[in-house]
Amino acid sequence: MPAVVRHSLVLAQRSLIKTRRTPEALIDVTLQPAIFLVLFTYVFGGAIAAGSQHDYLQFLLPGILGQTIALAGVAIGVNLSEDVSKGVFDRFRSLPVARSAPLIGAVLADVVRYLLIFVVTLGFGFALGFRPSAGAGEILLAGTVAIGFALTLSWASVWVGMLARTPGAVQGILMLILFPLSFGSSTFVATDTMPGWLRTVSENNPLTHLVDTERALLLGRPMGDHLWWTLGWMVALVAVFFPLALRAYRRKA
Amino acid sequence: MGLAHGGRVSAPREGLRMDTTTAPRPATTTPPATELMIDAHGLEKRFGPTQALAGVDLQASAGTILGVLGPNGAGKTTAVNILATLLRPDAGTARVGGYDLAKDPASVRRTIGLTGQYASVDESLTGRENLVLIGRLLDLSRRGARARAAELLEWFGLTEAADRPSRTYSGGMRRRLDLAASLVGRPSVVFLDEPTTGLDPAKRDDMWHVVRSIVEDGATVLLTTQYLEEADALADRITVIDRGRVIADDTPDDLKRVVGGQTVVVRPSDQARSFDVRRILHDVTGKPVESPGNGLLSAGCTGDEQFWQITGALASAGIRVTELALRLPSLDEVFFSLTGKEETVCLP
Repeated sequence: MPAVVRHSLVLAQRSLIKTRRTPEALIDVTLQPAIFLVLFTYVFGGAIAAGSQHDYLQFLLPGILGQTIALAGVAIGVNLSEDVSKGVFDRFRSLPVARSAPLIGAVLADVVRYLLIFVVTLGFGFALGFRPSAGAGEILLAGTVAIGFALTLSWASVWVGMLARTPGAVQGILMLILFPLSFGSSTFVATDTMPGWLRTVSENNPLTHLVDTERALLLGRPMGDHLWWTLGWMVALVAVFFPLALRAYRRKA
Repeated sequence: MGLAHGGRVSAPREGLRMDTTTAPRPATTTPPATELMIDAHGLEKRFGPTQALAGVDLQASAGTILGVLGPNGAGKTTAVNILATLLRPDAGTARVGGYDLAKDPASVRRTIGLTGQYASVDESLTGRENLVLIGRLLDLSRRGARARAAELLEWFGLTEAADRPSRTYSGGMRRRLDLAASLVGRPSVVFLDEPTTGLDPAKRDDMWHVVRSIVEDGATVLLTTQYLEEADALADRITVIDRGRVIADDTPDDLKRVVGGQTVVVRPSDQARSFDVRRILHDVTGKPVESPGNGLLSAGCTGDEQFWQITGALASAGIRVTELALRLPSLDEVFFSLTGKEETVCLP
């Protein structure tokens, strides 16, 4: 096994131990999607879907999946920034370990968080009345795409985590980007209800492609080219943010 | 701490060891000319408007302790971070363990252990998990990493606390764990950045003991400190830096000679005897006697001989004392003697 893979796995294990010790750090991937699902279904559902909360739930659930994935990406940036400020990374940097291993390890460990999002959102949604038309294969594919997308998006968070000076600043910057990103998409409403300029933005928002891919897979809605766009965005996110994150990490004193 | 167990920090490393004679320290001026494990020339580093290092040379022979003495902001940590491959110097060259810092940082990293100024252990991991993690990153087998962790925990007296998250550790325990973490890979060069800052005197003595053992085991140590006393107690050679420049580089004995040796301090129990004490101090040392206040009397003193004479004279005159000490100059006084100007030393 190449050293970078081996060291990344060791460091992923470290992140998992940390998560196990602080289960409250999982609130954003367990309770939060459940609460959002209830809030949006019952507060806005009636107004948005002409009174049918049940219909809105079907539309909303893949959206909540997308939004939770986007917002859950904040944590990794904040955690890495804490590692840097506490000097933990200085130790790793003084060891003969591949420079990228601490970052890749942290991203790998997040698979568990994103898997939780998918399971909790679908499971809780089912209890509320979400009825996917998908079979097991499509659900598996939906989960894989969602988790894969989340991992690529988290490189943006890692980059900000390496750039910003304090963990608090990381949180602030990421929320400023990810909040509009998650709302300015097809997450909560169809994009054709939006004014022209916003519609253009949201239709090209990677989250829109992800959410519509999930809708197609889970609900049997038309897929169009959303899956291809989603995969394209995944490649682009890694191609841009992985080198940026690595460069910022190398520069970090 | 469990140093009495006599555990050894590191096993021999081929070609990187020499027989050490650190205690008692030989009275010669320079350590025998051997392989330089740390050899840095003209290190420069600038952070924005601050010139942290303005051409620093540092040398340490194999199996010795180099003390880098200076106030906060002198550039000590920057120098350590450069030598530990965490920072790139703007100018200058360095070899650590014989490897060129710029050309072969990977080999340097395999050679060194770093204990930073702030204990950089992972707080949510237990002491054992912290050490096993480092071992695994150093490509020890799972079993090997566990064995090494257990050995170090035992040696640092942390066995009982080994399976508690390290956030529950006291400051001294964290320091020890941090130091243990830097020794997992049996490094032949160990960097200790202010290892005793903030420790109480007993913990500090423990740390000194550990540092000496590391060297007895054949490693070379670079230790930064703000205290001449610490550098004097541990180092074979002391490099004094101030504002990014080396202002002295000497053996402890020669440095003390330059900065005016020690000061004898006496506080008579009966203040009425102050005059007699004054006379004794002056007669023995031939130096002016000062009263720093609080009933204390002090005079420069050039060695043990004079100190014994003073204690003898006090005893035969029947003068009781509440305080009697031989002190090294403070960092302030060192800087005053070396640079002729008052140094503002800001302590944390």
